[in-house]
Parts: sequence; structure tokens; C-alpha cells
Amino acid sequence: MTVSAGSTVTVRVLLFASYAEAAGQPSLTLTLPAPATVASVLRLLRSQTSGARLPERPLCAVNLAHARLDTPVASGDEIAILPPLSGG
Amino acid sequence: MPFLRDQPIDLAPLVARVISPDRGGIACFLGVVRDHHEDRRVARLEYSAYEAMAEAECARVVAEAEAKWDVRVALEHRVGRLEIGDVAVAIAAAAPHRDAAFMACRFVIEQVKRRVPIWKREHYADGTVAWVAPRAAPPGTEPLAGAAADAPPVPEHSGHTDWGV
Repeated sequence: MTVSAGSTVTVRVLLFASYAEAAGQPSLTLTLPAPATVASVLRLLRSQTSGARLPERPLCAVNLAHARLDTPVASGDEIAILPPLSGG
Repeated sequence: MPFLRDQPIDLAPLVARVISPDRGGIACFLGVVRDHHEDRRVARLEYSAYEAMAEAECARVVAEAEAKWDVRVALEHRVGRLEIGDVAVAIAAAAPHRDAAFMACRFVIEQVKRRVPIWKREHYADGTVAWVAPRAAPPGTEPLAGAAADAPPVPEHSGHTDWGV
């Protein structure tokens, strides 16, 4: 896939549990420069009120699977920022 | 079958889904709501989930167990409001012999706790409420001997329990 200069990536970001409460919203849409990764989504989110209190390395998922900070993200992807899990 | 349930969990139907004449050992695990968290009295709790991913991740955990051992696994996890003594999670693992049944059952509960996006919110007897931070896995379970090596890693994340409300 080639990425033309100036192109952007638009993703849907989901927040859950304590993160959604702290942010005051369960989801938002972010547009950022391509190429983008989970880390760049987190950077942009942290610069906004809704993500100001996000931890350094939160657990994240891309399209329903656990992801790493360097996992690439593309337009239309669903990025989830997951508080510490406490199921089971 | 969906893995998440908003109604009480009954173990018998899970056993019925995995039992078969060639499987002589069935190991079951029930996680039940406790009446205390450390020194605090718990009145009830709520589980919430990232449902689409929780379903997908439960399916992956079960598939990994069934690939690793000759075993059939049934798994259900509650969401919604639970009272003390309610079953929060149930697992039935059926294998030709008991060793694989026990190992698969243990693998599934440990992986569920580590990987499935579900969050517990406890309501205490004194009227306060808190999101629960996970406890460390018991010694010897992480990684599970012979089990976790080929499982997809859950990315490391820093402690960030100060988001509690």
C-alpha cells in the first residue's frame, strides 16, 4: 500500500469502564496523518481533554484483537483503549 | 453459543455441551462473587465488557485450548449485575483423561483473566463503588507451563490503576 504525502487516517476510538468515565465519553473519532500507529492515536488522544489522563502504555486493541503500540492503523479501524482487565 | 451471558450461569448445560463417550475426564471451574475484597465488604458487583472483542477473545482462548490438548471446552462469563455467590465465570473441559482436562481448564481461566476485555465494578457495604484493579496471577501460572508459549502475547502495559473512580 502506498501512502501519498498529506493523506490522513480516520479511526474510531472506544474507551471503556474507568477510562470512559474519566474521559466523559465512550467513543470518539480521530483523524491523524498517515501512516499511523496505535502510539500515534494515543499521542493525539492524550493531547485532548478526553485522553489527558491516559497512562503511558495502556492496553490497546485494533479491530477486536490485542495490539501493540507499533501496530499500524488504517482508516475505518476500531481502536479500543482498555483499562486493566478484571474479568474471571 | 455466545460466551457472555446477562442471565445466571448454570454449569450443567456447559457440561452437556462437552461430554461424550470417548471423554472420561471433565474438569470444571466456577468463579463465584466473593463477599469481600481485601478488607472491604462487597455488597454486589457489575461486570461490563467490550462485548464484540470479549466474544472474539473467548473464542480464541477456547480454540487455543482445543488445539493444545485433545479437549472440548465450554465457557461462559457473566455481564451485568451480580450478587454475592452468583457464578461469574464457568468452564467445562472434557478430555479422554483427566490431565488434559485439568490443564485446559486452568489454561482457559488464566487466559480469560489476562486477555478478555471485561471489567468489574464493586459496590461495597459502605455505599462506595470502585473499578477493580487486577491482581497478579498466582505463582507458576504465568506463563503456564507448556501452554502460553505459542499463545499470542498480550502486550505489556504499565500499571495504571490510578484511574479508579
